[in-house]
Amino acid sequence: MAADGDLKPIKKLSLKENYALLTRGLGWEPTYEKKEEIFRTIDFEGIKIHDWEKWEDPFRLTMDAYWKYQGEKERKLYAIIDAFQQNNGQFNVTDARYVQALKLFLNGIVGLEYASHRGFNILGREFPGVGPRIAAQMQAIDELRHATTQIHAISHYNRFFEGMADFPHQFDRVWYLSIPKSFFEDAVSSGPFEFIVAISFAFEYVLTNLAFMPWMSGAAFNGDMSTVSFGFSAQSDEARHMTLGIEVIKFLLEQDPDNVPLVQKWIDKWFWRGYRLLALLATMMDYMLPKRVMSWSEAWTIYYEENGGALFADLARYGIRPPKYADVTIKEKQRVSHEMWSIFYSVRNAVGFPVWLPSAEEMDWFSEKYPDTFDRYYRPRFEHWRELEEKGTPFTNMTLPQLCQVCQWPCIYTEPDDPTEFVHRETEYQGETFHFCSDGCKDIFCNEPEKYVHAWLPVHQIYQGNCFPEGADPTAPDFNPLVAALQYMGIKPGVDGGLMSQHVDASRWEQWTSRPANLHEGAITQAVRKTT
Amino acid sequence: MPVKAIKPGYHGEFRDRVENFRGQQLLNICWEKHTMFGWPMCIPVPPEMPFGALLEQVLPGIYGAHPDFARIKWNEVQWSSAKGPFTPDPSKSMVEHGFKHKTQIRFRTPGLDGHNGAG
Ligand SMILES: [Fe+2]
Ligand SMILES: [Fe+2]
Repeated sequence: MAADGDLKPIKKLSLKENYALLTRGLGWEPTYEKKEEIFRTIDFEGIKIHDWEKWEDPFRLTMDAYWKYQGEKERKLYAIIDAFQQNNGQFNVTDARYVQALKLFLNGIVGLEYASHRGFNILGREFPGVGPRIAAQMQAIDELRHATTQIHAISHYNRFFEGMADFPHQFDRVWYLSIPKSFFEDAVSSGPFEFIVAISFAFEYVLTNLAFMPWMSGAAFNGDMSTVSFGFSAQSDEARHMTLGIEVIKFLLEQDPDNVPLVQKWIDKWFWRGYRLLALLATMMDYMLPKRVMSWSEAWTIYYEENGGALFADLARYGIRPPKYADVTIKEKQRVSHEMWSIFYSVRNAVGFPVWLPSAEEMDWFSEKYPDTFDRYYRPRFEHWRELEEKGTPFTNMTLPQLCQVCQWPCIYTEPDDPTEFVHRETEYQGETFHFCSDGCKDIFCNEPEKYVHAWLPVHQIYQGNCFPEGADPTAPDFNPLVAALQYMGIKPGVDGGLMSQHVDASRWEQWTSRPANLHEGAITQAVRKTT
Repeated sequence: MPVKAIKPGYHGEFRDRVENFRGQQLLNICWEKHTMFGWPMCIPVPPEMPFGALLEQVLPGIYGAHPDFARIKWNEVQWSSAKGPFTPDPSKSMVEHGFKHKTQIRFRTPGLDGHNGAG
């Protein structure tokens, strides 16, 4: 080389050339190994891909551009988190109830980001096309970043409040957190095409705007600058993920008409699973944010009915119709959050955060936002429960629920056309009975029963005696199986759950901030100065 | 198809077989219209437990806190399962009623439809 004497400096590649080399130039046809041996999971789902080159990543993101953008975002985010911590920002949120929503987020959602990271890593290995493989690898890194930045953004709260210290343990074991956990495990244990339709399309594209927009504006409205900054930092990733979702769908549908019914089935399944998962979010939005931005019902109308309606109208040309049971979600929008908060309240001694009854002011807001249901079904319930609380005998349910075999929610839901009747759906498979919360979940089971017969259902595990902490002695005379099960799950009995007005987070909040722990109910300790 | 799997014939072990419940079986019970309780209940019961024990010893502990509960006229209660209506016999056992592991039974108390319409 040195001998030829006239070596020119290498011309810097344009972004387009750089992307082309990354996604095309780095691929090769294997010769030592058979292609089927390398990509072993690509055929069994029945999806037909004729030309992987047709894949176009609309962002054409190259590695150097990716590191640069992400690095800049990290620097900004951590500067804000530092400032938040130095200014004791945790005490600037509306009241101590807001922190309970964060707790649910940390214990229940962060683990999903990590699970998503795992899922996209698998795709980054399994897809034969280099373009989608690179996109999946970048998303895998994004999702890991989401998990870590969420943990860091919320970690500061952990120094001051109970119930956040052991979130990975809780995510794996707490009875109601098996709902998000099983959602992603179902996706990750599917084939690569089902996973990407499930997560990139049904979840990211169709449903996460709902998680993102109202939740982030809710955090801002309640003074939580740490979570808001995380949200902004993730938002540009989210835009890329959503675009991936829609590109995936179009690519699959355009590759072969035989793909259409498979994709439709996955859209039906994952829309329903995603929607059931979002019931947690509905409850957080309506009941746990001391200052509310919009109701769940309004959010569902805007982000699913209107935006989703337009999307599915657009996909009709491929032969795709709106998800099955979308009509049920619309019928349920006036009640899910109320049904859900009711159960958290009545089993408050077995959950990882304290609960409270909605104040008079909040109930008026519900009456306005839920004109067809609130005054009729839920206001009288909460008024009755308030009377009982005042008498010192708050309403309590001590019995474990019948669970849905698929989504793992307790069967709390009511008939689409009658909010006073529980849904009863069951089927028999190989002589055993299985129960479901809805037709949506029952269909999912009946399509693939072998995938769900070994679901780890917390209630059944407790009754089988599999949820006791190490060293527990079930034969001891003072053994209490439910207390033992809570300990196993990482919930401190008598500390983590219960009523907000008696909770240690609330009394500490008042001592530290001199503001009421529940801004609608007045002070519960002497620590709060009379400022009004 | 029972499942789409990489290897054909995949079988998932039934995690909740009755043998795993140490001699008990699961019974799901739902008091219709009483949505205040949030969900149908799931309890382990001895298969030979008489129905009368369910009425006298189990249900009060589960549902007794509800204002409607004390007013139930048990001879007017309508019982059913997925198989349709049935008439329980207090002296007969779970098994003799045909309740298998994980059977769900429901009872309806017409006239007692939840406290102030709120479940
Ligand atoms: Fe994410
Ligand atoms: Fe379900």
